[in-house]
Amino acid sequence: MINSIVIVALGIISISMLLLIYRVVKGPSVPDRVVALDALGINLVGVVALISIVFNSFAFLEVILLIGILAFIGTIAFAKFLEKGVIIERDRDA
Amino acid sequence: MLNIGLDILIALFILGGALLALVAAYGVLRLPDVYTRNHAASKSATLGIMLLLFGTFLYFLEDGHFNSRLLLGIAFIFITSPVAGHLLSRAAYNSGVKLWEGSVQDDLENKEKLEQGK
Repeated sequence: MINSIVIVALGIISISMLLLIYRVVKGPSVPDRVVALDALGINLVGVVALISIVFNSFAFLEVILLIGILAFIGTIAFAKFLEKGVIIERDRDA
Repeated sequence: MLNIGLDILIALFILGGALLALVAAYGVLRLPDVYTRNHAASKSATLGIMLLLFGTFLYFLEDGHFNSRLLLGIAFIFITSPVAGHLLSRAAYNSGVKLWEGSVQDDLENKEKLEQGK
């Protein structure tokens, strides 16, 4: 029973990822694309959790933390680049 | 008996999370400007994936495996996703993305003038 429900949930999440990819391709401004990419990263976390139920194995659950951290750092870097033009600033007294 | 109840609970968590993620994606597709899209993406997607991860946690708990990484992932997404949404909205505003034409009020419109007047 749970396996068929997980398959249905995987279908729903893949539809939502397709909608987000449409926004990434079409989005009129750069922040639109970054918002959609951030949501894509979060959806990817859900896909990994569902895949680990399908395989009935808990070997992939570290990947959840890893994708979460990487998506967060990427979004922060993009936001800082859009706002200031640099990601890592130089020293002020140099 | 208990197992059937737990299975139904897991199914509800997983389906509810997936449907919330779909609602978030539909909002990102349909809403008019970047701020409303960010509002949809950073709230609904976060709650949906947290529900989904909690359903996965219950599934592995049913097998007798307490997985702390899933709880850590839930806490981490709960902390970081709104922060990322806030930084993106601020970056979009400061890089000059226009609000939707139907917006009524923009409190930061005269920000430079106000700061110079101080």
